[in-house]
Amino acid sequence: MKKTAKDAILARIRGAIANAPEPPPIPRDFRERDERDRAAILEDFIDRLADYKAIVTRTDEAGLPQAIEEACRQHGISRLVLPADLPSSWVPSGVTVMRDDPPLSLAALDESSGVLTGCAIAIAQTGTIILDGGASQGRRALSLIPDRHLCVVRAEQVVGLVPEAIVGLAERATHPITLISGPSATSDIELSRVEGVHGPRMLHVFVVHAR
Amino acid sequence: MPSKSLPMFPQAAKAALDNSQLRRNLGKATTTIRTKRASVVSELPDWEDLRAAGSAIKAHVMRHLDEYLLQLEAAVQRAGGQVHWARDAAEANRIITGIVRGTGADHVVKVKSLTTDEIHLNKALAAAGIRAIETDLAELIIQLAGETSSHILVPAIHKNRSEIRDLFRRTIAKGEDLTDNPQQLAAAARRYLREQFLSAQVAVSGANFAIAETGTICVVESEGNGRMCLTLPQTLITVMGIEKVLPTFQDFAVFLQLLPRSSTGERMNPYTSLWTGVTPGDGPQTFHLVLLDNGRTNVLADEVGRQALHCIRCSACLNICPVYSRTGGHAYGSVYPGPIGAILTPQLVGVKQAKTLPYASTLCGACYEVCPVKINIPEVLLHLRGEVTRGTSPLNPEALAMRELAHIFANPKRYEQAQGLARHGQGLFMHGGVIDHLPGMLGSWTTARDLAPVPRQSFRDWWRERQKGDQV
Repeated sequence: MKKTAKDAILARIRGAIANAPEPPPIPRDFRERDERDRAAILEDFIDRLADYKAIVTRTDEAGLPQAIEEACRQHGISRLVLPADLPSSWVPSGVTVMRDDPPLSLAALDESSGVLTGCAIAIAQTGTIILDGGASQGRRALSLIPDRHLCVVRAEQVVGLVPEAIVGLAERATHPITLISGPSATSDIELSRVEGVHGPRMLHVFVVHAR
Repeated sequence: MPSKSLPMFPQAAKAALDNSQLRRNLGKATTTIRTKRASVVSELPDWEDLRAAGSAIKAHVMRHLDEYLLQLEAAVQRAGGQVHWARDAAEANRIITGIVRGTGADHVVKVKSLTTDEIHLNKALAAAGIRAIETDLAELIIQLAGETSSHILVPAIHKNRSEIRDLFRRTIAKGEDLTDNPQQLAAAARRYLREQFLSAQVAVSGANFAIAETGTICVVESEGNGRMCLTLPQTLITVMGIEKVLPTFQDFAVFLQLLPRSSTGERMNPYTSLWTGVTPGDGPQTFHLVLLDNGRTNVLADEVGRQALHCIRCSACLNICPVYSRTGGHAYGSVYPGPIGAILTPQLVGVKQAKTLPYASTLCGACYEVCPVKINIPEVLLHLRGEVTRGTSPLNPEALAMRELAHIFANPKRYEQAQGLARHGQGLFMHGGVIDHLPGMLGSWTTARDLAPVPRQSFRDWWRERQKGDQV
């Protein structure tokens, strides 16, 4: 029988490394936790978001609905997409609400003017928000096609360093995961940065402090 | 693997150096990215620890590559994906073309991928009547212009804004009132591509990383074109070099810190997508992973050269390289330009096919210093130069001349006689205290550099006189 491509490649790999010595153990001396206090970590998160030209509003649980409503007005959002399980207390008045239940068509998403989601976890060091399809996040297309992304991040969801957030993702990997660091951007023309290419052109983050 | 030889680097470089627009664009771009990289790297107190870990993880993976690929395959299959193995470009193209044909689609949207450039996938698809639409802005620009990439990260680095405006007016924005403002140009691309994204049935991507423990594939990007391709079509085909696999998410966390800072000089790139097989109700419902060898196992077999497989395609070595930042990418004649290309291309296609590339370097070592996974590029360059020399006939003029020199240098008497001869003869070729042109075949040495003359008094002469007591 003819050798399959898989067998051939594996045989070539085994031949290539047959006499290679076992490399030394992997040194993991890099930082795995940010030991500073919560306030400093949160400050970093907000600073990094601003650096990406994301808009940040700091609020608490009670102030959140009003903050969302103001943001919609400020950005001229009239048709707001919501994941199926988004808490109804967050839903602003004065906008046409588009619940993803039953799932909205791509054309409908394209005609919306914004989306409101929660997140799974966030990283202060890099100003990154991670969506994993869990509570209040919905499927990936929701945070991709609408032009403005409003995202609620609870202060306790913010970790310090990249490894703190990533190592735990292995357990959530059965669902697609998206890491978002600012609005979409390109520097492909003479390296001058343009914010807003295919993904949302605007990212507005609500950092919700626990009382 | 192409059996055809690549163009000779010195000739290709000369053409590039004569293009002053290209040199201006390149100079500006490489300096800008270099500065940004240096600034975000200096933010991390543990940068060297991350490099050490990244390097060691890659070395470990290469030593156990067969095991991790099998683990990855099993995990992807468990999650509902299909895995294909391709020995070379032709086999990969056959697999991908077959899958696209099976869907009935007549076009695919593509995420920027060097691996698909390496196998000339777009050409193979076109031959099967399938149109490939590049969706990364720079890739779109060079596709519309009918050109090839000149930089791993910013493929259209050689084009300026007015060239791009003229191109768009001729192609995707006919009749539109377009200025050369990058914001406007990006908006024109967005309008054109959005239609493609919303209607595409099939997407093709590369992969930055694959995580064996879960079967998760990762693509990093900035524009959102990647997310569009990875999310909206019903069928997704990912082509991945076999060296891209990582054992765990813990390892991935290291590379997610090394790559963006080294590549675009950002703390993190705007979007990173991770997916595992298929997920009902979210994204493509059919997923194919094509694992590509195409010369990589040859590289793996070379104990010095195999470190080239550690490359994560960040392009930091291009931006720092005094040769690349002047010649640009086209001179390297391959999808992998710059210092990494100079060691990877000859190993992938065979040293004989790319024998000038290991010499496309000053061996200054800057590439080694910035490499996030500590690939010792100068070491591999020297190793490959050795291969080139071993591959030439022992009767070629350079080898004969070197053998004669070795004969002369091996004996003090012969050495001094030759020195005396040179001292008398060199006057003919000297100008302003240096030898600036040598006759005949020796002339190629002096076309690009001066040669120091043999001094009037050699060290040996001076020593002999000193022994006589004539000197202090």
